[in-house]
Amino acid sequence: MIEFINNYLIPGLVLGSIYALGAIGVSMIYSILRFAHFAHGDLMTFGAYLAYAVVVASGWPPLLALPLAIVGTAGATLFIDQLAYRPFRKSRPIVVVIASFGVALMIRAVIMLIWGVQPEPYVEGIQPPLESLQPFRIHEKHAVIVGTSLVLVAALHLLLTRTKMGKAMRAMSDDADLARVTGIGTERVIAWTWIVGAVLAAAAGVLIAIDTQIKPTLGWDLLLPLFAAAILGGLGRPYGAILGGLVIGMIEELSTYPLFGDQPLVTPGYKTGLAFAIMVIMLIWRPQGLLRGRVL
Amino acid sequence: MELGGLLLYFTALVTMGGIYAVMALGLNLNWGMTGLFNVGIAGFFAIGAYTSALLTTAPARAGGVDVGGLGLPMPVGWLAAAALAAAAAWAIGRICLRLRSDYLAIATIGIAEILRLVALNEEKLTGGAFGIKGIPRPFETMDRPWGEIAMMLLIGLIVLAVYLFLERARNSPWGRVMRAIRDNETAAAAMGKDVEAFRLQAFIIGSAFMGLGGALTAHYLKVFHPEASEPLYATFLVWVMLIVGGSGNNRGAIVGAVLVWLLWTASELITGALPPEWGVKIAYFKMFLVGLLLVVVLQRFPAGILAERPPKLAGRAGQSPEGLR
Repeated sequence: MIEFINNYLIPGLVLGSIYALGAIGVSMIYSILRFAHFAHGDLMTFGAYLAYAVVVASGWPPLLALPLAIVGTAGATLFIDQLAYRPFRKSRPIVVVIASFGVALMIRAVIMLIWGVQPEPYVEGIQPPLESLQPFRIHEKHAVIVGTSLVLVAALHLLLTRTKMGKAMRAMSDDADLARVTGIGTERVIAWTWIVGAVLAAAAGVLIAIDTQIKPTLGWDLLLPLFAAAILGGLGRPYGAILGGLVIGMIEELSTYPLFGDQPLVTPGYKTGLAFAIMVIMLIWRPQGLLRGRVL
Repeated sequence: MELGGLLLYFTALVTMGGIYAVMALGLNLNWGMTGLFNVGIAGFFAIGAYTSALLTTAPARAGGVDVGGLGLPMPVGWLAAAALAAAAAWAIGRICLRLRSDYLAIATIGIAEILRLVALNEEKLTGGAFGIKGIPRPFETMDRPWGEIAMMLLIGLIVLAVYLFLERARNSPWGRVMRAIRDNETAAAAMGKDVEAFRLQAFIIGSAFMGLGGALTAHYLKVFHPEASEPLYATFLVWVMLIVGGSGNNRGAIVGAVLVWLLWTASELITGALPPEWGVKIAYFKMFLVGLLLVVVLQRFPAGILAERPPKLAGRAGQSPEGLR
């Protein structure tokens, strides 16, 4: 039992909280800007590399570099929105989707030009699990990842429920035309949506890099689980995205559990395929997601 | 000697540009004519490449691959490649075409990604990361440069055949329905057209050409491994080709494919003259340019080089062509 928790549940929770952070952005951008943002994974990578640059230059722990990475990624995202996405506000949403693929390639190319393609670890050496929590094997980095995610989700909850901007964002996500009629400034809401998405994406990127290592395809490789999580939770539902992220992360880790005999249930090489399978099942069975999101 | 090298370079350029043109034509049927957002070109490309490679490669030369190695004639491999890509498109289309195009984007990218995982993991079938070697190339027994020239002409004929087929389709009532669905789905449905069935047809046929493109690439390169179906080369380069050339226009798709491929390979000549560390950087810079072209062309020149021209309606103005028949 302890082994099961240590080897499957804890990694699932860690991966799930990272997916949740990324999926919230995907889900909110989809419902407020009305398009699937395929450069989201690369925003995560960008945030992770910004923090990496700070870590290398200053020798700080990655968590201290996180705020700087967040600010940098948010700034870059607003810049990208103005240059690349804003001219498409009146076009068909699918045209922006193509543009978002272009943006994804550009971000990744910039990262490769500056930092190269070699995967690098954030923290050198092997760290032992925390002594005080025996027999549970919890590494410090895992506690950091789950803790940071909780703080960010709590902050998002306060923003959405206690501020005027949060209310406006929820209104626009529910019905954009109605929101506009009531005098909500569309461009400001869009800007704040990008900021929220970028903050969470940068954090998710830094956290997944802490957990594994940093490489230029870090975020791109996570696109499928992110979209699966957002669709599973219901597009436009931030809390649904959190739920979806946790479910997908858990399933991916649990899938390698040797339930029958001693072979893993799913070969680890196919873990990503699982997220996709869940997404396809959702699209057939319940495209609005678990929490009744939008179907476009 | 110098002239001979130039000739070989020219044949390589036209051959690969032609193969890209087949895929760009397939994408034009998907996106340009019907408005289906297929970003899984790499997936159909890989299906085609592996199918044909496994069927046609001689058993002894298949290089560690256990299955396949049947040594069948190449045209059989090509047809099977297109058929299997079409079958995959049918399965994806059945699920995703009734939802908005964003879902099709996610689904096609997912299929491409999973096929890449299969290619990497199923070493017995695909040779894993090393891929399949010893794939036969048409006319490879002929002397240089005649084999290369014959290959180029063969690809040229295939492009011409695909082009004529798609032009015929575009000018037919079927093509009109496709444009109607793309431009106003509700109106097309109100006219009694089965939107989903028509979309599925366009998706399947377009994807079959992408599979054929994969098969031709595998036979031309004589080796195929998962790296070759990297989305940058197999998906996004094709998208840039179509959008630059002019989506909706079959001639535009061909012009875009050859032109973009010319620029893509011409930069390799420059890279060759530079120190190696620069060469790597220029590869990333080219990736940046692909992204930039996608955004800028869509913003500033959405029509591309050759804009779409809807075919002229038969008959005099005011008379519907169907009414005349």
